[in-house]
Amino acid sequence: MGGVRLRGFGWRHAGRRAWAVRGLDLHVEAGERVLLLGPSGAGKSTLLAALAGLLPADSGEQEGTVEVDGVEPRQAREQVGIVFQDPETQLVMARCGDDVAFGLENRGVPAGEIWPRVDEAMRRVGFPYHRDRPTAALSGGEQQRLALAGALALRPRLLLLDEPTANLDPAGAALVRRAITGALDADTTMILVEHRVAEALPLVDRVVVLEPGGGVRADGTPEAVFATHGDALAAEGVWVPGRTMPPRRAAAPAGDLLLAADRVGLPPRLAATDVRVRAGEALAVLGPNGAGKSTLALLLGGLLRPGTGRVAATGELAGRDAGTPPHRWRAPALARRIGSVFQDPEHQFVTGTVFDELALGPRRTGQPEAAVRATVDGLLDRLRLAALARANPYTLSGGEARRLSVATALATAPRLLVCDEPTFGQDRRTWRELVDLLAELREAGHGVVAVTHDTDFVDALADRTVTLDRP
Amino acid sequence: MISIEPVAAPGAPLARRNPVAKVAAALVFSFTLLATLDPVAPALALAVELAVLPLFGIRYRVLARRAAPLLASAAGIVVTLVLFAADRSGRVLVEAGPLLVTTGVLGTALGLALRMLAVALPGVIVFATTDPTDLADALVQNAKAPARFAIGALAAFRLVPLLGQEWQMISMARRARGVDAGRNPVAKLRLFVSTAFALLVGAIRRGTRLAVAMDARGFDAGTPRTVARRQRFGAADALLVAGAAILAGAALAVSVALGTFRPLIG
Amino acid sequence: MNHTDSHRWRTIDILVASVIAVAFGVIFWAWGMVWSATEGAFAFFPPAQTLLYGVWLMPAVLGGLVIRKPGAALYCETVAAVLSALLGSQWAGTVIPQGMIQGAGAELAFAAFRYRSFRLPTALLAGALTGLGAALFDFFAWNAKYDLTSYRIPYALLTVVSAAVITGVGGWALTRALATTGALDRFPAARDRAPV
Ligand SMILES: Nc1ncnc2c1ncn2[C@@H]1O[C@H](COP(=O)(O)OP(=O)(O)OP(=O)(O)O)[C@@H](O)[C@H]1O
Ligand SMILES: Nc1ncnc2c1ncn2[C@@H]1O[C@H](COP(=O)(O)OP(=O)(O)OP(=O)(O)O)[C@@H](O)[C@H]1O
Ligand SMILES: [Mg+2]
Ligand SMILES: [Mg+2]
Repeated sequence: MGGVRLRGFGWRHAGRRAWAVRGLDLHVEAGERVLLLGPSGAGKSTLLAALAGLLPADSGEQEGTVEVDGVEPRQAREQVGIVFQDPETQLVMARCGDDVAFGLENRGVPAGEIWPRVDEAMRRVGFPYHRDRPTAALSGGEQQRLALAGALALRPRLLLLDEPTANLDPAGAALVRRAITGALDADTTMILVEHRVAEALPLVDRVVVLEPGGGVRADGTPEAVFATHGDALAAEGVWVPGRTMPPRRAAAPAGDLLLAADRVGLPPRLAATDVRVRAGEALAVLGPNGAGKSTLALLLGGLLRPGTGRVAATGELAGRDAGTPPHRWRAPALARRIGSVFQDPEHQFVTGTVFDELALGPRRTGQPEAAVRATVDGLLDRLRLAALARANPYTLSGGEARRLSVATALATAPRLLVCDEPTFGQDRRTWRELVDLLAELREAGHGVVAVTHDTDFVDALADRTVTLDRP
Repeated sequence: MISIEPVAAPGAPLARRNPVAKVAAALVFSFTLLATLDPVAPALALAVELAVLPLFGIRYRVLARRAAPLLASAAGIVVTLVLFAADRSGRVLVEAGPLLVTTGVLGTALGLALRMLAVALPGVIVFATTDPTDLADALVQNAKAPARFAIGALAAFRLVPLLGQEWQMISMARRARGVDAGRNPVAKLRLFVSTAFALLVGAIRRGTRLAVAMDARGFDAGTPRTVARRQRFGAADALLVAGAAILAGAALAVSVALGTFRPLIG
Repeated sequence: MNHTDSHRWRTIDILVASVIAVAFGVIFWAWGMVWSATEGAFAFFPPAQTLLYGVWLMPAVLGGLVIRKPGAALYCETVAAVLSALLGSQWAGTVIPQGMIQGAGAELAFAAFRYRSFRLPTALLAGALTGLGAALFDFFAWNAKYDLTSYRIPYALLTVVSAAVITGVGGWALTRALATTGALDRFPAARDRAPV
């Protein structure tokens, strides 16, 4: 039980001309553990939603057939559990135990059985707190484990996981992976979407690579797939294990100081920290979930007022404004000097199309329309967003939205760029493009600060690192 | 920060009562008092409300903070009445142009301000001690509210603090993109409207995703739901509602006996 | 006009209706933060409050226009009222029945068109009727002691007009603006968007 069969399956989201997935023939036996790969935008998330019966007819158009256990996914819902990428929007209740119980109540599990099953699910994922703990007081990794417990409590035959460790620190990601291994029964089918193949391989026994245009690109055991298609897949954007990226080291030593933070902090979110950024250098900020990295990024970006200490810009960055701290600058001046990329891309979008989003910054700095167009088209092309120029930013896939938000900051080429997790959810090719863009910015004498959990990124680009601890 | 968590000790004898009973008691008490315009009944009711406060586990300082906006509204009532009172009988205290302040006006103002406080406080007290989850459970189990709607609203309430943070993030993102208003109030209003719009769009998207996540866990399965948390409506709860009705009625009765009662209609 | 065949509420209808109410609760809270300096003017000059009323009533009309199902306007405004009670609003408990009366006003307008028309005139009527609900509640419950001609009647009229314009027309325009963002793609309100 828990097998999956797709015949010529295709799905087109409402409001789109292109198909997200098309011509897909795939058979997954009960009990198989499948890693689903494919470049960003290839339709992986869409496929998982289809298997979970979560693509209602009013949200797009379907081709071909999907079967779970020989029936339509809608009828097989009881067999399927799904964990999405963003834990915040899949927790329903205010207390942890209630949240795990939610699905059991919906399925009409007798009241007496609910709490034992809740406790069992929480134990299986190694959840460290009592049932009464508020869900709002959990870190990202803990929320993700709770979401997994909520899915496991329903004892699914088919477990679908969509990048369950994105945005988690390495320790938290390892915990979630361990929770997945420990929690699966032998006959549970699992389909996992994850860009970083190396970490995911111990969990799976089969790899399926989606072709962006439609259909399956490669299918088989991990060894077989990577032995026969390794080079081609790597070129197409799959993170083939064992293939490291050539680093982009700084060509020249760092230049003048741009921004200095002295004992800057914001209790209780961030303990006092010292940071200096120079022109032509890339600084990586590391640390566990909840250490205050994003808070530090906002402080350096001149968006939050420091609770303690101070942030000071030099004349090199701010000219006559060097005397005033960045959080008191007028917005247009700030945007010219310091660019910020937020952790959640969606927080950042202000306009209705991908094109306008990229053009906003250059237009505000008064560039002529032809130059704006050239900048925007260049970025669209390099980041593989050209086909989406007229799409609404909020309808993009996870990886596409991330690239767009980084590109908006790159469009104005600010002297200092502060980005929060710039590479999450990227395939190998778009990841490379992002690293190159940041490296070019650095070569042109700009300063780059990047908050990140991505060790490959640190190895490839960072000149220096700062590591924060939980306050 | 914006939050809907209860602000008082949940173990206090009256705070522990069934949420439906608490809300019903507050509504009965408030609506009985709406019927009069005199100062005596509201004053008595206020005394009762302050007296039962410890039974709800609320400290006076916490109540004062929660009810602070009420005091501004009470002041607003006095000002409005000075400007727009229908009845200006009694001894003249101040006469300045069209402004005529009499003892009658001030008496009415006092009555109205007291009445407003007395009517509003029960709700403040009850909701300060009520957990939204318990309220939704009780509404479904004891008041026959449709479960899908109660749980759906509850799930949305969980987003309140998140949306509060989102408001701040959207404002910061706009600033980072070079959009701000400076001191110009028109630009400030425009920025407020555009931020509010972005918040609404984000909220609807979150709602959509949450709905998908809930359906993935069988929320729309159509099988009858069971309940993990039982809410009981016992004798003590019925007594609370009856007590509220009796006390409010008594306040009115005293006012009638003293001859100060002035009905709302008539 | 577009009309969903089934009157049964999908989960997404329930959640989006609730979330609209919640978002307006947060917007009110933010209003207090951004405009704290001017708040006094609203408390002390009640006719100006009718302007805020227009925004406060928005969930009813917006809910009706977006969800397009019987009960949407009433449900949205009731949830908004319960939320403001939980947040410790100004009017606490009485706000709940008040919200229900206001929501019922808009509901009546949509019902009058048998939940088939969601154009501007319907929105205008819905706005005016929610305003009427609010005005009637205030007229009797709160404003009884004020002068009839110089306060109670102008206040009531202002509330209705402000609700018709801000809530009705504003709600209609807001629905269209929301549709262009793609946020309403799973609702009939967004059916006429061109694909990209
Ligand atoms: N709700 C939606 N409305 C319109 N288009 C959408 C929607 N969701 C996804 N798409 C589009 O469908 C395509 C496939 O998206 P999907 O999210 O399935 O990609 P993905 O393979 O998961 O990518 P990623 O690795 O970046 O998460 C993308 O081009 C995306 O822009
Ligand atoms: N707006 C806010 N209000 C109050 N507390 C907050 C806010 N934002 C974050 N926090 C808290 O401050 C702490 C630091 O948060 P921050 O987002 O800076 O961590 P982080 O290092 O970026 O974590 P992650 O790796 O998960 O992104 C966390 O405990 C978080 O819950
Ligand atoms: Mg995806
Ligand atoms: Mg962060």
